[in-house]
Amino acid sequence: MKNELTVFLLVFAVLLPGIGLAASAEDNYKTYCWQCHGMQGNGMGVNVRDMSVQPRDHTSAKAMRSRSDDDLFKVIKHGGLAIDKSVLMPPWDATFTDQEIHELVAYLRELCRCR
Amino acid sequence: MRATISLLLLFLSASSWADTGEQLLQQRCASCHDLQGPAASTLEDLWQRKGPDLFYAGVKYRPQWLRQWLQKPRRIRPAGYLYFQHIKPGEKHDVIDASTLSEHMALSADEARKVTEALMTRKAAPVQVKGDEFGGGSISITFGEMVFDKFNGCMACHEIEPGYGGLSGPEVYTAAKRMQSAYLVSFIRDPQAWNPKTPMPNKHTSELNIQKIVRYFHALAKENWDEK
Repeated sequence: MKNELTVFLLVFAVLLPGIGLAASAEDNYKTYCWQCHGMQGNGMGVNVRDMSVQPRDHTSAKAMRSRSDDDLFKVIKHGGLAIDKSVLMPPWDATFTDQEIHELVAYLRELCRCR
Repeated sequence: MRATISLLLLFLSASSWADTGEQLLQQRCASCHDLQGPAASTLEDLWQRKGPDLFYAGVKYRPQWLRQWLQKPRRIRPAGYLYFQHIKPGEKHDVIDASTLSEHMALSADEARKVTEALMTRKAAPVQVKGDEFGGGSISITFGEMVFDKFNGCMACHEIEPGYGGLSGPEVYTAAKRMQSAYLVSFIRDPQAWNPKTPMPNKHTSELNIQKIVRYFHALAKENWDEK
């Protein structure tokens, strides 16, 4: 029993730093996406004043339903041009891991309450 | 008598030590700026930071600008160092919450000179910057703006003149006055190599475009924005 507990604690100690490095989708959204998509995800971020193209309203089920999860993954990872949209949406592949992007896609589905 | 002299010597040595740029840095700057590195590797760490990292200030800033700015500081990032800590929902869109922003302290001319000298010795850059990163040359503001905004979309987050452009990032119309050209090239090429959690994305723009963007910063920096 004592040995099992030691093994469990060792495994936990090894895994813990890795767990700590992965940011939650909500925290990533706040840090990187709020600036254009807004604190409420409605496309009304602090930067929109002089933007030539309005950022996507992530709370709009109608607008978001037209995008597949693959499209959302692609546009976050490679930027707007990857899906023939605006250059104003940058690629975030150097910022997020693929796992973080998948989690952001799931978070967007929560915001729009749509599939 | 001996004790009095010892105390006097101790006082004199302590006060001269307190006058060095390094001591000023520790006393006045260290609570908001990281002077040792490394850069934040987690969001939790990033969110704790109150101002830009300074452990590679010697390869980033222009000393002349630094010395002047420290005496008469003005805001470079309209929404503060981490924009998401200084915004609130507005009538039409999110707006800057000025009540959460604080002014940067001003130093005396002597303090600014010493702090600048101390900062310029800090060169622990996470990326090796070659002196010839920027090839020089010039570009018109009109064409530069096309490269910066239309081709790369950078204006979404940066003001290209006072009151025009994005608010979450630092203004770029003074970028070439503030920063060394080689650093600018290197940072645009790979922002995450400098600061893994920076809100600035890597646009993967071409080397030629990076050179044009830095030329554009130089063209903007020649304008006298205070008189406009």
